[in-house]
Amino acid sequence: MSRPSLTAILADFAPEQAALLPILHEVQAAFGCVDAQAEAAIAAHLNLSRAEVHGVVSFYHDFTATADPRPCVELCRAEACQARGVEALVAAAEAAAGSRVRVKTVYCLGLCSSGPAARTGDTLHARLDEAALTALVTSL
Amino acid sequence: MTTVRISDDALALACGADAVAAAFAAAGCTVERVSSWGMHWLEPLVEIDGLGFGPAVPGDVAAILSGTSDKAIGPIEDHPFLKGQQRLTFARAGRTRPLSLEDYAASGGWAALTRARGMAPADVVAKVLQSGLRGRGGAGFPAGIKWQTVAQAKAPRKFVVCNADEGDSGTFADRMLMEGDPFQLIEGMAIAAHAVGAERGYIYVRSEYPHAIAKLNAAIALAAEHVAPFALELRVGAGAYVCGEETSLLNSIEGKRGEVRAKPPLPALEGLLGCPTVVNNVLTLAAIPHILIPGGASLYDSLGIDRSKGTMPIQLAGNVKHGGLYETAFGISLDRLVNEIGGGTASGRPVKAVQVGGPLGAYIPPAQFHLPFDYEAYAGADALIGHGGITVFDDRADMGALARFAFQFCAAESCGKCTPCRIGSTRGVELIDRIRMGGKADADAVEALPQMHNARKAPRSRAEDLHLLEDLCETMQLGSLCALGGFTPYPVRSALKHWPEDFER
Repeated sequence: MSRPSLTAILADFAPEQAALLPILHEVQAAFGCVDAQAEAAIAAHLNLSRAEVHGVVSFYHDFTATADPRPCVELCRAEACQARGVEALVAAAEAAAGSRVRVKTVYCLGLCSSGPAARTGDTLHARLDEAALTALVTSL
Repeated sequence: MTTVRISDDALALACGADAVAAAFAAAGCTVERVSSWGMHWLEPLVEIDGLGFGPAVPGDVAAILSGTSDKAIGPIEDHPFLKGQQRLTFARAGRTRPLSLEDYAASGGWAALTRARGMAPADVVAKVLQSGLRGRGGAGFPAGIKWQTVAQAKAPRKFVVCNADEGDSGTFADRMLMEGDPFQLIEGMAIAAHAVGAERGYIYVRSEYPHAIAKLNAAIALAAEHVAPFALELRVGAGAYVCGEETSLLNSIEGKRGEVRAKPPLPALEGLLGCPTVVNNVLTLAAIPHILIPGGASLYDSLGIDRSKGTMPIQLAGNVKHGGLYETAFGISLDRLVNEIGGGTASGRPVKAVQVGGPLGAYIPPAQFHLPFDYEAYAGADALIGHGGITVFDDRADMGALARFAFQFCAAESCGKCTPCRIGSTRGVELIDRIRMGGKADADAVEALPQMHNARKAPRSRAEDLHLLEDLCETMQLGSLCALGGFTPYPVRSALKHWPEDFER
């Protein structure tokens, strides 16, 4: 699958600041990051300074300056999953992940009655125990 | 041919509903994907002719179809978890296919919008005022007053914005509503638009909800002709908890950093792009269609207690045996919710605490479980209802660690605009660490610097450290711009008050 070029992404959006977040989502999805070069191009398209775009990129957890090509497990470690014992699973998940898989902490996937919960891409996983979580990490 | 109904709610999917649905399809059944009843411990819940089976795995298919399954729960509607509820906002939960316009219309959909559009806008606002509906996002501000303010503002453009940035741990009612009954939310927004004179609306949903995003996008397209000329657009957040605060949410839609704005001006007068804007939570807007049907407003007003009117979709979460969505009139006690309806902890151990209202809500000990679910009663007990999430903890919970987590979470999610939140949260983590380590011997590296001439050089006693913590809480509560910094003291103070032993070494 070929990824869309930055120019093609920008062409889909009207040049107004309100389009910035949708643009950043598409760029992040296509390139795995919003780097300095992308920031400059987006700024030019929206008639903003690069500093303004960088300020927005660096504010939100979903946008990153560099790409991380590793597969990623987003593990919820908020209160409801803590109450269901997620903290006891973290060490095993990180051991299974090593440097090959990224285990990212997130706060709440909305599955709070059935945690510990995790997300891989757009797939959700609930009722995880140590075996299920390490199997999930290993499967990526 | 047997028709099997299985939810396609994200929680059911996370528990393996797709595999169960595929197994039934392979066995020759017609599979209908419906919304979730909200009995999460039974998901994936299989419904055949009104009878329920759950939690089902693909291996259960043969036994379920032959009537020998030991996962049978009998008629779903008679289940005690559902029997005791009074569902208005979630009246369709479990019953309809979320993206079926046919199901929606057949279950009373669009009737409220048609009626509202036949009324003068001011009369619609009057109905909402009469119902006593208060904002379900957490603050509990009367929805009718907010609408009235926007309606009376003079401006060429106005907006309706739905706050679907449901970031609180322990809450999932917005997600369930968006995934299970998206047209109801859209109808509520269209009614709001008519009432205040807006032509455009936005739904701001968090990026952690991919299934809700997909459902809403589809629903907005399907419903476009029903709500026209009102036009609706979906905006996806980017992982910032603070964007659940209404002014930072507006900044985020505008393509800016999600920093909180100082109020006034109120968003009702100067909101999105400086225009008068209704910002309401998903549950607030989804309650509107029920209020606008004949008799709806007075029914809503007749439910609940004191100034907390109508029903609240309560979310039972965390270490609870029977977790899920429980919609009922205000006034119900925590004891009933946690011990009777929730069945106690999932682990079978004693309940130590519940946190009501998400990460910024107070920890409540079993001794206070008599509290009625009511905005003012909770406020009187230094607690809050928030978005109606109840997270249960068993006796293994370390309340000192949870108090520390409250500060840590605030530090991670602070937008940085105001100092009490940005710096106070980190100071709070350090202070709780110090208290839990039994104090410290000397001034730390920063305090020891010569230019820190006002900093204390001598060690502090535990009492002094606790006093400092209280000072910090007071500064954050009174000095923060929004609820993130302002309410972080709730979990901290309540944990310290009820479980001081968890703050000792």
